[in-house]
Amino acid sequence: MAVTVETHGSVAEAARALAQGGVYLGGGTGIMRGVNAGAVQGRVVRSSDPALRVIRSTADGFSLGAGVTMAQVLGERDLAFLHAAARSVGGPQVRAMGTIGGNLFAPHPYGDFATALLALGARALMASGSPRNLDDLLRDRDRTGLVAAVEVPRPRDPRAFGFVKVQRVKPRGVAVLSIAAHLPREGGRLRGVRVAFGAMGPAPLRASAVERVLEGATLDAATIARAAQVAAEGLTPPTDPVATGWYRASVVGVHLKRLLERMV
Amino acid sequence: MTETPMIGGNMIDFRKEFFADERPEKLNEIGKPTRRQDITGHVTGRSPFYDDHLFEGLLHMRCVRSPHHAARIRRIDTSAAERMPGVQRIVLGRDVPRNLNTLLSLLDFGIDDEPILSTDRVRYKGEPVAAVIAATDAQARDAVAAIRVEWEPLPHVLDVEAAIKPGAPAVLDIYPNNKFAYHGKYDHQKLRYGDVETAFRQADHVVEGRYQMSPIEQAPVETCGAIAAPEQNGRWVCYTSTQALFFSLGTAAKVLEMPSSRLHFIGGTVGGGFGGKVDSIHEPMAILGAMLTGRPVKFMWDREEEMQVGAPRGAELWIVKDGVMRDGRIIARQFTGYFDSGAYTRLSSYAVIKCVGHLPGPYTIPNVHANVYCVFTNRTPATAMRGFGITGVDFAIEAHMDKVAEAVGMNPIELRLLNAYRDGDMKAHRRIAKNCALIECCQVVAEKAGVKLAPHLAALASTRDGGGDRARLPAHTVTDENGRVQGYQPWSYARKNAPARDPFVGAPPPVQPPRAPAAGTPAVNAPPRADQPPPPPPPSPASPPRQGALRFSSLSGFRRR
Amino acid sequence: MALKPVTFTLNGNAKAAFTEDGQNLLDFLRRSVGDLSPKYGCGQGGCGACTVLMDGAPVLACLTLAEAAQGARIETAAGLAGAALHPLQEAFMERFAAQCGYCTPGMLMAARALLDRNPRPSRDEVIEAISGNICRCTGYEPIIAAILDVAEGRVRA
Repeated sequence: MAVTVETHGSVAEAARALAQGGVYLGGGTGIMRGVNAGAVQGRVVRSSDPALRVIRSTADGFSLGAGVTMAQVLGERDLAFLHAAARSVGGPQVRAMGTIGGNLFAPHPYGDFATALLALGARALMASGSPRNLDDLLRDRDRTGLVAAVEVPRPRDPRAFGFVKVQRVKPRGVAVLSIAAHLPREGGRLRGVRVAFGAMGPAPLRASAVERVLEGATLDAATIARAAQVAAEGLTPPTDPVATGWYRASVVGVHLKRLLERMV
Repeated sequence: MTETPMIGGNMIDFRKEFFADERPEKLNEIGKPTRRQDITGHVTGRSPFYDDHLFEGLLHMRCVRSPHHAARIRRIDTSAAERMPGVQRIVLGRDVPRNLNTLLSLLDFGIDDEPILSTDRVRYKGEPVAAVIAATDAQARDAVAAIRVEWEPLPHVLDVEAAIKPGAPAVLDIYPNNKFAYHGKYDHQKLRYGDVETAFRQADHVVEGRYQMSPIEQAPVETCGAIAAPEQNGRWVCYTSTQALFFSLGTAAKVLEMPSSRLHFIGGTVGGGFGGKVDSIHEPMAILGAMLTGRPVKFMWDREEEMQVGAPRGAELWIVKDGVMRDGRIIARQFTGYFDSGAYTRLSSYAVIKCVGHLPGPYTIPNVHANVYCVFTNRTPATAMRGFGITGVDFAIEAHMDKVAEAVGMNPIELRLLNAYRDGDMKAHRRIAKNCALIECCQVVAEKAGVKLAPHLAALASTRDGGGDRARLPAHTVTDENGRVQGYQPWSYARKNAPARDPFVGAPPPVQPPRAPAAGTPAVNAPPRADQPPPPPPPSPASPPRQGALRFSSLSGFRRR
Repeated sequence: MALKPVTFTLNGNAKAAFTEDGQNLLDFLRRSVGDLSPKYGCGQGGCGACTVLMDGAPVLACLTLAEAAQGARIETAAGLAGAALHPLQEAFMERFAAQCGYCTPGMLMAARALLDRNPRPSRDEVIEAISGNICRCTGYEPIIAAILDVAEGRVRA
């Protein structure tokens, strides 16, 4: 067995090819590692469709082509709310190559940008044209089609969105964990809270226990303390060379507390 | 360019007033950037690293590795791999002319214990049992994946304390208790100086501590490797990343049973080594590949192999016990140390010798006792890394100094000043300390840290008040026969049931006559004194005839200093 | 295995060579084209030793499919010097910013990408720009100093 690379002119063609088996190569930072190691075999599908690299504003936010790189996101002033998450990915080279579509499929402990998208309530637009919410997509990443774009709602108040990546090595390091929190307020109370964790499970996931504490509450010291207390509830974070699952579960509340205090 | 000497954004602080009469005043290079002679090649990308040599028809070699920490090999089935595209040759242990080696055998230090490609048993995860030579790296990888090995997993041990317990699985049959045999006599390296037990009874405090270090991978950015190709007249050229060109040459000559005159080694441009590129694994394999195929062959670790099977600085475990007086004088220090050698000897046996010569650290302590073990486990074999044999125990010693300082209620800098070596002091391995500078370092540290030193400590100097009583050997040194081993020939370094001279080409004769003790290893029942029998003559007639103990030098064997 | 032609420019010169399916740009540049300046350190995007500029952006050649270089402008450390050395090369020489030299070509290209985009970076920006490149001889400080020497005009441009 060896690798066969197919390049398709359109996303639709690439999706059709992929339906018959193989892996999709976006920026290459994940898949090429496997190709180099001989772990990826068979069909590798890629697409030269320029639509994949397009950033467009929509009625309530932005549509980002799945092939948009982290460096592209960082080059757009309108996407400032996503800059912290984009900057947290890799070093300059990985940001010049790594795509937002690829980040949705990056295995643990990667996927910090996807964590931010999840908290923002972004939707994936599949190559078939149908939308898919990220909660579902991230829960079942192995059986999904090709993502053509990601639609990200713009937070009404940019200060209502916070992101932190906890890493041992700076400025570039693998995540111990990452936290993204979208905390819109109505009349002093938190409404429509979405909090997501990265590196706390097989894929980025919603911090449901934290959301339950925060929803409808006022963001004060007592609420933050309660949220921090339940941060690891229901989670069994993975153990890897960067941190044990026990350590991740032990510190997630501390880092959540610091992020929330910053957002008061 | 600025002329200000900078390190880490800070100006270098020169203290030229110290030891001013001990050096010529013309020394003026430190603190100024200097152009390296090889820098032009580095900045233009033209420095010739081993992989920067192109060969038409280059073949790629990759290894089949054990997924188990310990296992018996029942069968290796290469039939499917042999038929795969690009595969030129599959190499097994039987293809290696002399499939057993120990790295320091060239210095007569240790028993051959490690197969190049194991045929019957593996002792660490990642140990190679076969190699594929194929037209491309990808084809070699695919063929490696297609080789079927039937393993019978065996019990394994991954921790030094577990490894030396009775009943622990024996990693190597030649060392049944998982301990290297020193001098053919003991299962550990001994240091005996004075009488620690009596001193512990006299001490005001006895302070114990336990210190552990994990293995550390050297992680050079260039992974280890070599390219070998046929030259003319039955010679083979080998481009290599080795840090020890002649070591690798000698090892290849031994393993391939070939005179070294038929090997043309080219190295010297090394993409980072830090000790991790001395093990000479790639050179014999690449040359063997070139011999078996008649083509140029590259054997190069990828990053995963570098991290998994590249020999690291080994793990260490130290138990340190000090007897200390109320005023902070340390009167006794006892060490029990364990070096985790991993599955094979490589350089760990020697690391222990080097370490014991360093004990008890840079302090004048009248009673010192150490038992240091080189222990085999089923971990990746360990090898050299910067400060080889020293770094781990220094961490233990200095952490322990802080603990002792706390026990006697002293500032840790003061405790060090009080106990530091001074010029003329006798060290535990029976040599006189000279060129000491710890006192001055501590005084500058105190100044920088804002620690006010008592006047008598601020007035100390390494060059004053040493020697005299401090130069005297202990009146009595307690010795023992603990850890005696049987069956090893005592006149050589731990050779077991082996002929006195190795049959391989170019083997050096044993460097060591029967009775000379290594540094810090007094002959049993003969406490070392000044009138000890004279050691053998130094190897070089140029060496000045000076008194002093023998010392094992890293590569040249025993030297007098 | 089918061979695919790739045409591109390397350090300003038009080039054409064939690639095999799955071959990465690092292997392609080194073995198929003969530019040995980008180095293999990990094949995983962890070390930055293979950094080259692709249409001006710093990329990891080991994680770039060679055929993706079709029509691209590739620049490597081998092309950094013109008739004279590049100021970054001069500064690296002056500052002792290399020991073993293996990370140097990648480090230079990461620095070059920074200065092309931001000629007067701060120290933090320099650190960020080389954060994708590992120097195991721990020469980061001289490297940072060398890049800042160029940025702040202490080396002739």
